[in-house]
Amino acid sequence: MLEEIKVRIESAVPGCQLEIIPNGSPSGQHSLLLDPPHALEVAKFLRDDPELRLDYCSNVTGVDWLDTEQSPGHLEAVYHLYSMEKKHGPIVLRMRTENRSDKVHLPSVTPIWRSAEFQEREIFDLYGIIFDGHPDLRRIMMWDEFEDHPMRKDYVEPDDYEYEPTPHDHVLTRAKEHVERNPQ
Amino acid sequence: MDQKLKIELSKQGIVTTTLEELYNWGRKNSVWPMTFGLACCAIEMIATSMARYDLARFGAEVFRPSPRQADLMIVSGTVTKKMAPQVVRLYNQMAEPKYVIAMGACAISGGPFKQGYNVLKGIDRYIPVDVHIPGCPPRPEALIDAFMTLQKKIDEQALTGTGRPRHLVADAPSEFVVPRFGAHDLEPPKNPDVFHILNNDEPCSAGEVDARRD
Amino acid sequence: MTSRLTTPVYEEMPEDISDRIDQGELLEIALGPHHPSTHGVFRMDVVLDGERVVKLKPVFGYLHRNHEKIAESASYLASMPYTDRLDYICSLSNNWAYALAVEKLAGLQVPERAEYIRVITAELTRLVNHSATIGFLTQEMGASGTPLMYAFREREKILDLFESLTGSRMMCNYMRFGGCRVELPSGWLEQTKKIVEEFPRFLDEYERLLTGNEIFMARSQGVGVLKKNLAINAGITGPMLRASGVNYDIRKVDKYGIYDRFDFKIPLGEHGDVYDRYMIRMLEMRESLKILNQALRDIPAGPIMDPKAKIRGFRPKPGESYGRIESPKGELGFFLISDGSPNPYRYRVRPPSLINLTVLEDMCRGYSVPDTIVIFGTVDIVLGEVDR
Repeated sequence: MLEEIKVRIESAVPGCQLEIIPNGSPSGQHSLLLDPPHALEVAKFLRDDPELRLDYCSNVTGVDWLDTEQSPGHLEAVYHLYSMEKKHGPIVLRMRTENRSDKVHLPSVTPIWRSAEFQEREIFDLYGIIFDGHPDLRRIMMWDEFEDHPMRKDYVEPDDYEYEPTPHDHVLTRAKEHVERNPQ
Repeated sequence: MDQKLKIELSKQGIVTTTLEELYNWGRKNSVWPMTFGLACCAIEMIATSMARYDLARFGAEVFRPSPRQADLMIVSGTVTKKMAPQVVRLYNQMAEPKYVIAMGACAISGGPFKQGYNVLKGIDRYIPVDVHIPGCPPRPEALIDAFMTLQKKIDEQALTGTGRPRHLVADAPSEFVVPRFGAHDLEPPKNPDVFHILNNDEPCSAGEVDARRD
Repeated sequence: MTSRLTTPVYEEMPEDISDRIDQGELLEIALGPHHPSTHGVFRMDVVLDGERVVKLKPVFGYLHRNHEKIAESASYLASMPYTDRLDYICSLSNNWAYALAVEKLAGLQVPERAEYIRVITAELTRLVNHSATIGFLTQEMGASGTPLMYAFREREKILDLFESLTGSRMMCNYMRFGGCRVELPSGWLEQTKKIVEEFPRFLDEYERLLTGNEIFMARSQGVGVLKKNLAINAGITGPMLRASGVNYDIRKVDKYGIYDRFDFKIPLGEHGDVYDRYMIRMLEMRESLKILNQALRDIPAGPIMDPKAKIRGFRPKPGESYGRIESPKGELGFFLISDGSPNPYRYRVRPPSLINLTVLEDMCRGYSVPDTIVIFGTVDIVLGEVDR
């Protein structure tokens, strides 16, 4: 079913490169990888096409893939689309950035589906993906003077482990490090 | 005064008391809380003030929204670093004598969300707390028990001498430092005048604590 | 019927108003985060022209407890108590949504009796949530405390049921991947039947008090209208969407669990105003009672846990899944990415309350400040879910 949708999108929006990413779990929700330059046109086609009518963007998720030996790391945004008119779904779309440090721009789908407005702001706040075309991109969960992107996998928490009544495992190692750093 | 004499006199319609007893009796039976619900414990606090576990019969007649008119701040719910300056500001705006109940595990020490970049690990890092209630969330009966403990604490405060409450000591501070938002954490991360760490031992796991004790 | 006091003045977004704010013509204030009527620590930066709202920006994050990051370092089962604390008024439906997502990820089957227990607890949770919402709504309109007391009286009866079943009034932690945690105690079904039989009397009492009430109708009809197209585009779900006239209920669309065996209707509204959202919640409570009667009649005997489900050493295959249910507030979904280890690689909660707040500005523009509070009350948010 996803292959048919891929063929239809490729015939409607020329020049776009799509790729089906299979899903290993029994849920069977395979996803479609979009390329950022054509993402807005593909999204508009998916929303307005009379057979698909995917007018409800349910969930926008940010994912952080660290650098491995096989491939450089990248950040990713996953979109789950449903149709309120035809009552089918979900169709899963993905968009990837090029790397984790400086090329982190992706087009925003908020002009097409307004439900992505707060969710894209949250991904900007916690992961650092900058969405071009978003009407109001600023921090939503953390305070404005905060400087890190906390949900990334390599984020280090601030050191406030002064007193731990029953530490164990990694909390014990951090409490010991804290005492070494501040001898009293 | 002799207890038997007191009872004899009261049977004749003469009530004897001391100024301290009268003052504390009036104060402890009319503690008005402030509506300060942050998270899940707030729902239990509302349920405590509803018809089944009525908190009004203990003197908490109305929950005042304004801090200037309230005596008690029940910090119910997780205090996050984004909310902490507001909590301290509200505490500073309350008029003396003022009390704080830390309700629930999150207000005591961060609770189940302790490992977090945005969670303040206990409200007693910035303001002095009188009663702590453990639980997640504590039952309404536990909140009533904490209220009664607070009443007992108020009752035992002497009017003169070293045991007198904070609002009768001329140079005890009643306003505390409001933290600012920093780049990675709040500044300052804790208030050393308020947050006393009792034991400075080397951190160790629970099994070693028992070994050291023996 | 639209009263003169609640006619909106601005229909569209005014252009650039920052110079009008600087000159003092418009007033910019912050409603919250400590406010008696916001449902928790929530702030709204409003720009006012007299009493009318010109611009409104919601600010949250005051309860951001990094639930998603904690879940990445905890196992799948260890995240189950944290889902209770998301929408802390209805904890059992949060548990079901998470269990559904993990069962899709790992391909587990749930036995019949467990499905019936899940439906019964979810519909009881819907009763609890809707009565609390309507109680808080009347309190925000000014009836300080009395209808809320009646609503909480009913809520306490149902919380007693939860306590005898799961051990805790609010944070139940009852569902497991592949079934439920413990068997129903003896006499629980009879107690539930008695409460379900008495509940319509409370609903009739409430309707007599509120539905035909002149003050209630004048304050709620025509206030905070949400149009159908905007609701669909902004991703609104739950009673807010159905009050605007869109027939989308995930219990009928996805047919998760065994909802296709029950006979119930979906109430729809026409105007999309505050009065419609109140009526939708009252009617949904009556439909929930119908479902409860059918479920209590038909529940079979049997096991409550999938025999192939592993409690220790639960490592699903690498993959991802998205599972969603119709929680009392809207669509609650969980997105999980697994990489074969005992902890999830990415754990995401799709919060209905956060998405429903997208249209707060459009609904409130042009109305006065007390109307804003009432409109905000019908959006029915819980900060534990908005901020996670």
